Amino acid sequence: MGEIFVLAEHRRGELRDITFEMLTKGRELAQKTGSELTAVILGKNVGEYAKTLAEHANRILVVEDEKLEHFNSDAYQKVLSHLIRERKPLLTMIGHTSYGIDLAPSLAIELNLPLATDCIDLEFENDTLVITRQMYGGKVNVRARMQKAESYLVTVRQAAFPAEKEQVSGEIVNVPSPLSEEITEKKFIDYVLPPPGAIDITTADVIVAIGRGIKDESNIPIVEELAKTLGGVLACSRPVVDKGWLPSDRQVGTSGKIVKPKLYIALGISGAFQHVLGMKNSDLIIAVNKDPNAPIFNVADYGIVDDLFKVVPVLTEKLKELKGMKA
Amino acid sequence: MDIIVCVKHVPETAEADVRIDSSGKSIEKTGLVYDINEWDDYAVEEAVRIKEKLGGTVTVITVGSEEADSTLRKCLARGADNAIRVTDPKLEGSDGYVIAKVLSRVIKDLPHDLVLTGAQAGDDGYAVVGPALAELLGLPHATLVKKIEFKDGLARVNRELEGGIEEIVEVKLPAVLTIQTGINEPRYVSIMGIRKAMKKEIKVLGLADIGLSENEVGEAGSWIKIEKMYIPPVEKQAEIIKGSPDEVAAKIAEVIKSRGLV
Repeated sequence: MGEIFVLAEHRRGELRDITFEMLTKGRELAQKTGSELTAVILGKNVGEYAKTLAEHANRILVVEDEKLEHFNSDAYQKVLSHLIRERKPLLTMIGHTSYGIDLAPSLAIELNLPLATDCIDLEFENDTLVITRQMYGGKVNVRARMQKAESYLVTVRQAAFPAEKEQVSGEIVNVPSPLSEEITEKKFIDYVLPPPGAIDITTADVIVAIGRGIKDESNIPIVEELAKTLGGVLACSRPVVDKGWLPSDRQVGTSGKIVKPKLYIALGISGAFQHVLGMKNSDLIIAVNKDPNAPIFNVADYGIVDDLFKVVPVLTEKLKELKGMKA
Repeated sequence: MDIIVCVKHVPETAEADVRIDSSGKSIEKTGLVYDINEWDDYAVEEAVRIKEKLGGTVTVITVGSEEADSTLRKCLARGADNAIRVTDPKLEGSDGYVIAKVLSRVIKDLPHDLVLTGAQAGDDGYAVVGPALAELLGLPHATLVKKIEFKDGLARVNRELEGGIEEIVEVKLPAVLTIQTGINEPRYVSIMGIRKAMKKEIKVLGLADIGLSENEVGEAGSWIKIEKMYIPPVEKQAEIIKGSPDEVAAKIAEVIKSRGLV
């Protein structure tokens, strides 16, 4: 009977959500292919994690080693290549995260196995893996067939699958660490936590967020005025932080903050999935963008296809009038 | 320090109207503006800054047709010393794995203390080339790099993790680093710089020059083969408010008011 591997991801005392999302999809694929679902966890003192994972998978492979205390792609690659060579799983699923991106491509080269990254769907067609992923910043979907192999590797996009629980009681198997020598080529040193910002955007009721469409730093006062009128805070998508126009603690998305305000106004934000994951659960989403096909309109409640510089000043004035009437 | 930077010439689609072409396997490219991949732009800037500080050379490499020369020229104008382009019609349909194979064949014969790539490309978004290339060259790597320092034969780098957290890792040199956007502020290129760059030679290599056969590249040599491209199905569609800026602003203000938010 075949096996489907899901690599559990953990950091700073927490199993990360992507683990459970992959287990949901892995379970479905295991059922369809008549395989068993195996969670693989590497670390130091990860017994508690293994117990949690045992509620989700048929088998938990636990490799414990001092050298696996923090993620290190070099150490992880050595352990995983050993496990994959030994057990030949049909498929190994790894998160398309900062860890998976660091690990999967070199692992695939070492094992000479085909890899597809950032997958949003997976299925087997006559033993061949067929994947769905996005290109051009989420503007198109691609269905692709993998080069035929005994064993496949994929990285899976965050939040592509729900984290569903199926009560099972999996068998925990402790595997001796294959790491005999020190890892010298690459060393984990420390974490750098974000400095506590003056404004915590995660607690704001109203967020006015800007993206690439703001065009220039000098345009920020226009949107700041709207935020002020609504008693809200200014936030942004990645390009604005990259250009240094707003500090990184204002960034919404997978690399920044996850927010859930009562009102989220997205101005000139196209809506790449990295940003959408950070704001899609807001109560009310209003988007202004010039491109009628911008993915942000697939998550917004109300959309305006226009130039933000035409709409925002008028909107600010209307809101000021409304506030005046209320007073 | 001798630095290699791998760059890609890509269509800018962030604000463009993207359509599927008649093959159903690609987007309609006509009318799209091409430029250096955004992540690679930061990588080239970082390489030039390191060279300015520590000395050495910067060599940029791309895989593509003659049109990609404009991206190489931009890199030369920015301060790169040499430019190499690998080209062959058989490379069409290559995935990140094939590109990594091609690049490794070129780089293994060049002096390199450091190899930089963008963390991903804006078109295919694979995020494969850098770490795959590292493995093929037998070098350590670090991806999603936001800061680089050097000491005693090591690169000490900050990697971007999720949620605003970074991690510091050290890798032995030579190493491959993939650069995340925002690591620096890419400089504007002067007209003088572009003029000078027009005179510099771009070395062009074919498959035979790097010892790869036709069946090792293109779709045949790739891990993945695209069967179909389509516009993502819409799960939810915003209610589009139409009208003049004045009309739409009035309607939006009404919606906001009805929710008790003003």
